[in-house]
Amino acid sequence: MANTFAFVESRGGELRRVGLEAVTAARRLADATGGGEVHALVMGAPGIAAKAETIGAHGADVVEVVEHAGLALYSPEVIAATAAARIGAASYRVAFFSASAQGRDLAPRVAAKVGASLGADATSFEAAGDAIVVRHPVNTGKVIATLSISGSPVILSLRPGAVTATKTPRTARVESIAPAMDPSAARVVPKELVAGNSAKLDLGEAPVIVSGGRGLRAPENFKLVEDLAAAFGNAAVGATRAVTDDGWRPHTDQIGQTGRLVSPDLYVACGISGAIQHLAGMRTSKTIVAINKDREAPIFKIADYGVVGDVLEVLPVLTEAVRKAKQSH
Amino acid sequence: MKIAVCIKRAADMETRFKIAPSGTSVDETGVKFDIADFDGFAVEAALQIKEKEGAGEVTVISLGADAVQETLRKALSMGADKAVHLKADAVPADALAIARVLAAELETGGYDLMLFGRMAIDAANQSVGPMAAELLGVPCVTAASQLTIANGKGTARRELEGASEVLEFPLPAVVTIDEGIARPRLPSLKGIMAAKKKPLEVKPVQAGESRVTVIKMELPPERTGGRIIGEGPDAVPELVRLLQTEAKVL
Ligand SMILES: Cc1cc2nc3c(=O)[nH]c(=O)nc-3n(C[C@H](O)[C@H](O)[C@H](O)COP(=O)(O)OP(=O)(O)OC[C@H]3O[C@@H](n4cnc5c(N)ncnc54)[C@H](O)[C@@H]3O)c2cc1C
Ligand SMILES: Nc1ncnc2c1ncn2[C@@H]1O[C@H](COP(=O)(O)O)[C@@H](O)[C@H]1O
Repeated sequence: MANTFAFVESRGGELRRVGLEAVTAARRLADATGGGEVHALVMGAPGIAAKAETIGAHGADVVEVVEHAGLALYSPEVIAATAAARIGAASYRVAFFSASAQGRDLAPRVAAKVGASLGADATSFEAAGDAIVVRHPVNTGKVIATLSISGSPVILSLRPGAVTATKTPRTARVESIAPAMDPSAARVVPKELVAGNSAKLDLGEAPVIVSGGRGLRAPENFKLVEDLAAAFGNAAVGATRAVTDDGWRPHTDQIGQTGRLVSPDLYVACGISGAIQHLAGMRTSKTIVAINKDREAPIFKIADYGVVGDVLEVLPVLTEAVRKAKQSH
Repeated sequence: MKIAVCIKRAADMETRFKIAPSGTSVDETGVKFDIADFDGFAVEAALQIKEKEGAGEVTVISLGADAVQETLRKALSMGADKAVHLKADAVPADALAIARVLAAELETGGYDLMLFGRMAIDAANQSVGPMAAELLGVPCVTAASQLTIANGKGTARRELEGASEVLEFPLPAVVTIDEGIARPRLPSLKGIMAAKKKPLEVKPVQAGESRVTVIKMELPPERTGGRIIGEGPDAVPELVRLLQTEAKVL
């Protein structure tokens, strides 16, 4: 019975939710294919070993921990070399990574090192005979491809949110291992981690996204968008390219074809026309609300709930109503 | 500085895609094609680095059928100096198979900097660049939104979820380019004329075994939506009610 591998992403000494999603996915695949162990790898600065218990609780039988002072920042070469060495030393059928910013950097490096095929940005996966079958959105999400990947192991990177991190009571064996290369020998040297607007939730993980476009008229009016996000409490703030181009918002906030691809439970588009390139990044949101003063704006074609009106007038009233609704829970 | 840029020919994303009768590919009838979005950013980044250095050579490389020559000519008309067409009947679905062909070509070129798009806008694997770097054994930074090259060294910034990071690396290296670095210039008439005389070398290649097979392509379910519930601040109570009772997100 083949074992399954999961790389558990962390940043700044904290596990990332996508890391636990990878462990959950590995557990699910192992259970669906007749058992076998889940081996998880986590790497970071000294202290990361304390997270092994949480990783075990999400379904890992073995947690391999690499602690090294040189791993306080993501060091692509060291992490890829170590993950490839672990995967190469065992006969895993599938190795899970996350299709996050870090995982999309890491998984292809590892796949090339071990000579394995990669199913990138999978939204679903299953074993089908000797192959692994995944679904992967292509052409900016306008087409969904179903791909069959053969060979062993198969490396998969899972789109954030494709599975929900779930606990399955289990106590993992913890093994401390050394990195496969000395971090000081890495050619690509991480210099700095620049925190974004810290208190804010991340676009890829937030269940609610409040997004603003040129209809907000001036950068200071983004305060209204931030206020609504704060009223929800579980929301991140996004933007269109029109406003990131004008420097109203950082490029990291851009949603769309050339920005982030998101699919939150609720997407609130404020003063956004709904250009095809913007829709490419958010059309898979579960519920879409649009506020726009132009009844003919294309965003209304895909909005579940459209409000025709001036965002500058609607937003403060909506924020107040959401705050009240939240309080009454 | 010798710079290579790997560019892919991809469908214009404004296309209303249809699935071909085979069920495993997109129907290309009437579809417009161009340099894939991020690959255009990469060409622009290469041209700007060359211009800043005041010297150098930019080579664009594309793997695919004869139609990719049109894509290569476009890059030449933007200002690239040379083009290489790696001629194959089709582009494999397996990113590693593509990376192997591109790496073999890059290896012979003695390039200081090898640029890729962050991802091919159609296949969206975001994998070929870092895979080629591994095969070549050179340093690699992916999804760079800022890039400076000076004294044989590079500094790149990449965007993460809610943060960004800065990395340094020696040349030669592979860098994959995100939006934010440079918007591609439009070819000038002079550029288009000049491109006709620039060298475009055709090299037949054999892409190795693809272990990724497309078994189905389909369109995602249409969003129904399209419901306007009211006007101005007066619509807020109804909106909140629907979010609570119907969408159950509040
Ligand atoms: C290759 C390429 C890639 C691109 N990638 C992206 C991408 O990743 N993401 C992206 O977002 N865009 C992208 N774009 C740009 C895209 O085409 C649009 O230009 C952009 O999305 C428009 O942003 P917007 O909706 O904020 O602005 P606009 O299109 O100018 O729309 C503003 C809207 O606000 C409304 N409005 C104005 N005032 C008010 C008010 N007071 N109250 C309410 N509503 C008001 C208007 O009716 C209008 O509908 C890309 C374009 C290209 C060519
Ligand atoms: N057929 C191709 N020819 C040239 N470059 C390619 C080709 N396919 C992919 N690339 C390069 O690899 C990058 C990443 O592609 P992908 O991993 O498929 O998302 C693209 O942005 C291009 O720079």
